[in-house]
Amino acid sequence: MVLIQQIVNGVMLGSTYSLIAIGYTLVFGVLHLVHLAHGEVFMIGAFVGLQVVLLAGGGVTAAIAAAAVSAALVGVLVYLLAIKPIKARKGHFLAPMISTIGAGIVLQELATRFFGGEQVGFPVQMESHIWHLGGITLTSVQLVILAVSLGLMLALHLFVTMSRVGMAMRATAESMTISHTLGIRSERIIVLTFAIASALAGVAGVLVGMSFNSISPYMGVDMGIKGLAAMLLGGLGNVYGAMLGGLVIGVVEVISVAYLASSYRDAFAFFVIIAVLLLRPRGIFGSTDHVEA
Amino acid sequence: MVLDPYIESVLIFTGINIILALSLYLPVSAGLLSLGQGGFMAIGAYASAYLTTELHWPFAGALVSGGLVAGIVGLLVGIPSLRIKGVYLVIMTLGFGEIVRVFFLNFEPTGAASGLGGIPTYTTLPVVAIVVALTLLLCFQLRGSRIGRAIEAVREDELAAEVIGINLTRIKVAVFGLGAFVAGIGGGLFAHYATFIDPAQFAFQRSAEIFIMVVLGGMGNFAGAALGAVVVTVLPELLRLGNAQEWRMTVFGALLIAIMIVRPWGLLGVRR
Repeated sequence: MVLIQQIVNGVMLGSTYSLIAIGYTLVFGVLHLVHLAHGEVFMIGAFVGLQVVLLAGGGVTAAIAAAAVSAALVGVLVYLLAIKPIKARKGHFLAPMISTIGAGIVLQELATRFFGGEQVGFPVQMESHIWHLGGITLTSVQLVILAVSLGLMLALHLFVTMSRVGMAMRATAESMTISHTLGIRSERIIVLTFAIASALAGVAGVLVGMSFNSISPYMGVDMGIKGLAAMLLGGLGNVYGAMLGGLVIGVVEVISVAYLASSYRDAFAFFVIIAVLLLRPRGIFGSTDHVEA
Repeated sequence: MVLDPYIESVLIFTGINIILALSLYLPVSAGLLSLGQGGFMAIGAYASAYLTTELHWPFAGALVSGGLVAGIVGLLVGIPSLRIKGVYLVIMTLGFGEIVRVFFLNFEPTGAASGLGGIPTYTTLPVVAIVVALTLLLCFQLRGSRIGRAIEAVREDELAAEVIGINLTRIKVAVFGLGAFVAGIGGGLFAHYATFIDPAQFAFQRSAEIFIMVVLGGMGNFAGAALGAVVVTVLPELLRLGNAQEWRMTVFGALLIAIMIVRPWGLLGVRR
């Protein structure tokens, strides 16, 4: 029973990692680029969500919506200002990665300037019910986190597989040149991809704020690293891999805290990743495509 | 003539950063990217600082030993790089850096989370200058040598290199280990100048900074890496001038983007 409780907690934590990892993997899919400011986009989402709760007295739904919209805007801005001009000039393939580090520094500094460098509490505007299901304890906050993140993942799955735009996204990820020749407006698809990826990160920001009860301008780096790890575990560019990778890392982390040494929690995820990579050098669902990036 | 202490400290940090940038340039010259140089730096810093503070070793011996410990770990980390490539390798090394950080965060003999203090100030400007010169000499000698040409062949086309009889395993693992050794030396110099070290100083940001130096300078040659190190160290200091003090890191981030837009192949890189 205790183990099941730990797995439930792990899935809850992991589903927020998944949301961030999906963003990385979507961006990687269309641009073959590791977007190192994605963690900061997540952080901005969390702060905007907090402002909505504090200033406008909004509820969880309003906070999530505002965080999604603002993070999408920030993500698209990062693309337009720091990635697109470099891609157009055909420089070294790592040049855009460095400029996203630059964008991350700018976002972190701006957040510190506006919101202060301290950790701030995240008041949850929600009655916290507690349910006991035969030994397993669930709070309403946990349920909201699970429902929102799993719901978004399902929505993304439907969007990517069923809609025309989703199909265009997959085609662009397969080959930008060919899809462009076939009449897909790849530039719009890229912007849309950044918007969706960043919106998911923004929602994750609010969910993490709710579960940890505090946020800070520096949290983007840690969560960004976890998201990267989750994406890698699943295989670069694979959306379902990113979902699974996030859940695996969340569960591993929670179980390592419960049964092994809690002070090593941030290292366990990477032990798992290195072990998986030694067996499958391209991640769990990785294909031999997308190797050079 | 006595140097202004502020200028001296900037020069020392520039020198240490040149050493760190070259430590990443070495594996990069064989096509192996690492986002975990901060981890090797931490190992060198902690090992050498432990030797001088707790065991009272002479500085030179402690520095080299710290580098060797980092180098040995580098050899071990280099082995998976035979199978793991590209972005996967970048993120695997990032994970390695995190593991090192968490290790020192929990390792009681070196102070765990509270850090290791009271390290004697052995790192002076002449010491740094000598190590920088030696590292540059190493890179220069390596480039012209038989091994250097083998490294270049591995970077350009692994398969072709293997076909003409280059031992891929030996080259890749050796170059990773050598880079880690140099990073460990850089870490030792850092520890004996800062006099206090804690795990947070060697976190992801440190690795990213070293990564920035090499790409910013241009990945094709070691002079580029050295120039990148100078820019990344001196630029934020120059931004201290004037009244824009509190905006300097924001401006630094923006400048980083601007430089990459203007010269996406790096400051000294060759356009292909």
